[in-house]
Amino acid sequence: MAHAPEPDPAASGLGDERPKWDNKAQYLLSCIGFAVGLGNIWRFPYLCQTYGGGAFLIPYVIALVFEGIPIFHVELAIGQRLRKGSVGVWTAISPYLSGVGLGCVTLSFLISLYYNTIVAWVLWYLLNSFQHPLPWSSCPPDLNRTATSVSPSQPWAQKEVKGHLSPKGQCCEQPRETELKSHVVRVPTPHSQPVTGPLVSGFVEECQGSSAVSYFWYRQTLNITADINDSGSIQWWLLICLAASWAVVYMCVIRGIETTGKVIYFTALFPYLVLTIFLIRGLTLPGATKGLIYLFTPNMHILQNPRVWLDAATQIFFSLSLAFGGHIAFASYNSPRNDCQKDAVVIALVNSMTSLYASIAVFSVLGFKATNDYEHCLDRNILSLINEFDFPEQSISRDDYPAVLMHLNATWPKRVAQLPLKACLLEDFLDKSASGPGLAFIVFTETVLHMPGAPVWAVLFFGMLFTLGLSTMFGTVEAVITPLLDVGVLPRWVPKEALTGLVCLVCFLSATCFTLQSGNYWLEIFDNFAASLNLLMLAFLEVVGVVYVYGMKRFCDDIAWMTGRRPSPYWRLTWRVVSPLLLLTIFVAYIILLFWKPLSYKAWNPKYELFPSRQEKLYPGWVRAACVLLSLLPVLWVPVAALAQLLTRRRWTWRDRDARPDTDMRLDTDTRPDTDTRPDTDTR
Amino acid sequence: MAKADLSAAWIFFFLTLPCVFHPERMLWLLFFLVSAIHAELCQPGAENAFKVRLSIRTALGDKAYAWDTNEEYLFKAMVAFSMRKVPNREATEISHVLLCNVTQRVSFWFVVTDPSKNHTLPAVEVQSAIRMNKNRINNAFFLNDQTLEFLKIPSTLAPPMDPSVPIWIIIFGVIFCIVIVAIALLILSGIWQRRRKNKEPSEVDDAEDKCENMITIENGIPSDPLDMKGGHINDAFMTEDERLTPL
Repeated sequence: MAHAPEPDPAASGLGDERPKWDNKAQYLLSCIGFAVGLGNIWRFPYLCQTYGGGAFLIPYVIALVFEGIPIFHVELAIGQRLRKGSVGVWTAISPYLSGVGLGCVTLSFLISLYYNTIVAWVLWYLLNSFQHPLPWSSCPPDLNRTATSVSPSQPWAQKEVKGHLSPKGQCCEQPRETELKSHVVRVPTPHSQPVTGPLVSGFVEECQGSSAVSYFWYRQTLNITADINDSGSIQWWLLICLAASWAVVYMCVIRGIETTGKVIYFTALFPYLVLTIFLIRGLTLPGATKGLIYLFTPNMHILQNPRVWLDAATQIFFSLSLAFGGHIAFASYNSPRNDCQKDAVVIALVNSMTSLYASIAVFSVLGFKATNDYEHCLDRNILSLINEFDFPEQSISRDDYPAVLMHLNATWPKRVAQLPLKACLLEDFLDKSASGPGLAFIVFTETVLHMPGAPVWAVLFFGMLFTLGLSTMFGTVEAVITPLLDVGVLPRWVPKEALTGLVCLVCFLSATCFTLQSGNYWLEIFDNFAASLNLLMLAFLEVVGVVYVYGMKRFCDDIAWMTGRRPSPYWRLTWRVVSPLLLLTIFVAYIILLFWKPLSYKAWNPKYELFPSRQEKLYPGWVRAACVLLSLLPVLWVPVAALAQLLTRRRWTWRDRDARPDTDMRLDTDTRPDTDTRPDTDTR
Repeated sequence: MAKADLSAAWIFFFLTLPCVFHPERMLWLLFFLVSAIHAELCQPGAENAFKVRLSIRTALGDKAYAWDTNEEYLFKAMVAFSMRKVPNREATEISHVLLCNVTQRVSFWFVVTDPSKNHTLPAVEVQSAIRMNKNRINNAFFLNDQTLEFLKIPSTLAPPMDPSVPIWIIIFGVIFCIVIVAIALLILSGIWQRRRKNKEPSEVDDAEDKCENMITIENGIPSDPLDMKGGHINDAFMTEDERLTPL
């Protein structure tokens, strides 16, 4: 082979030399940005909290070492070596395995649809954060003229009244008669008194029944229906936010890594800056240390629960964004002689460190929230007592409250019994955990309200989520575009910008179904069924395909050529045995857990008796069929492609046999179309 | 009602006492009478009576003032002021407002009586008068609707401050325009780059033609014309070397 710079034959599809990263930092940041996503912020802290705090780190690290890093190394290695997107790579390894690449592309397409919808939601919240007071701080008044009962104001009702008065807390001057009728606060009451005054109404009922924050999320953002069958109409504000998100994604991936590489400096590093700010701010808030101590205190007994291990393994798997094809795409733009082993370890470790860092910031803020809620609970009880017994203001401190309550209960049991006193326990508030969008859009938005300078924190927080989601989107969209470019779907004269634009347009139009009123239910279906099972299956096929079809020896030789050293026994053992076994176990356990109970979802139904709890409903038949389809579709490519390849080969064999009856054409896996991308060992 | 009976009994006793008919005692009698009636009109839970609760320390912290009879006078004045705004009640005086049961909380009950001081004004009127002037009353005491509560009189909410164009649409418009402009610029720059690249190969082709002409002129050794390394490397020699595999 000539020493002259080899024009990469694989670049023939691009009409140009294969693009390269400007420097190593861009590549590393892109992979880190792709791996670090929303899940690091809102999934890992929740898991840590649910599964015994610090004790969760043990299964997490074990899963990282035996599953995450080995599979990640495989992806980077094959991408870097074969210098193609996922379809090209798998076709090169074995034409029968080309279905794996196609499955990855389909899967990345499906995931990009709903992931960017979440980014659109974040964008909506970000845009709404530029105002004071924040729109989710209070309930909107109800303009409906319905008569309700009025009673002496309950102390706990004051919280709902607070936000919507004019900034100084004073009413408007000289309200007109009509305003009097429509804007009067309605105080919820268990008993009723006859109304003699003008018709009164108050805040929107749905809002008062739940909370201003929940109302803003479920009603003013999603405008969600009570049932998945009821699709409702497209919400125009979500549609334009979705259009903007896809426009931003298009702007950043328009010329592939040339443009992504420039933007990634901001989108990958900005979240760390914000996390640090939140960490410093969070640690200075009252109650933060209590939160951290409570949530990180290890509870070793929880390790006996197999669910912990399963969730740790799935978390590390999804957190590293494996089997998307995105890492393969990114690595394919590297120079072949790059130490992908070190990269894999570094990126995986950075990803896990980010999860830990984020959870410290999140827990300190949640600790503050819990302390805040606890103190409000106590204050409400104290106010009830003071108002009932006409004690001087602020005469009962929070510490004295239990003693005073006991004394009053002994002397005036009847009067105390009729007060709406709630039991306030700090642990109860700390235990209230949330994950996923619930953490970001409900819990955090409420916490931000209590911090001084709320809009600033809201802007920072949603800005961070936006850039996190965006950097993950780059990887997901590249996982779709790079294989399409390599395969040469469009003729060579069509510029790359057009292909990227077409992909983004198709994705945007397909994702409009998530802007329907039932969109959130469909998004959960996509997340639970399309993503998880397929990723596990494809990752399993990846490892098995490389180790057993491509050949462990050949793979180790390639890695030795790229990095300068052969993989140690740790790598060989994990690739050969441990990782496939782990993946298989997780997959089987996942299937069992999924079908253990009937498929159901939690609906937001204001007419539900136990509102604001969400109503558990079963999926109707056609939705269940859609779930099954989603879980099978991407992986179906594998048998379909293998079958197609088999039939094509058979046809060639028969055709050749007819032409030359003597020749024996073996169905040889060595007759690969792109063998010239692999180094020939004789010419070195 | 027991109080009324008791005071009536006292009045009867004084009236029936012989040689008691004295101007001073008459004054005391009148005083008892008036206070008895007042006590009757203003009672916790009485008809047309309202309970008021102030949370001065919560509102003002260190600058809290003490609640004394002067503050009570101001309160009565504010209520009388509010009542005077109601048609047909312009004659309300401060003395028509009665306060009772002042506690440490600070909370008390009040009623507004008519000029005859025999019965109280209907609650509906008092309620509407207070609500009309709640802002002024709050201001007089440096309090707000949460810290100066009239139980049974709900406060009025301010109408929502909806700007004509929601803020988020404005910011969205700005961001979207920037993104569209950036996309347009990127596409245009891509087109220019491609046009420049299309021009370059045609120039290189010209150079190739010239070099090929040069080959025919040259000795016959097929040197690589594209290698413009200033003649340091003899490519004819190089091709020999490449066939050898390095150790």
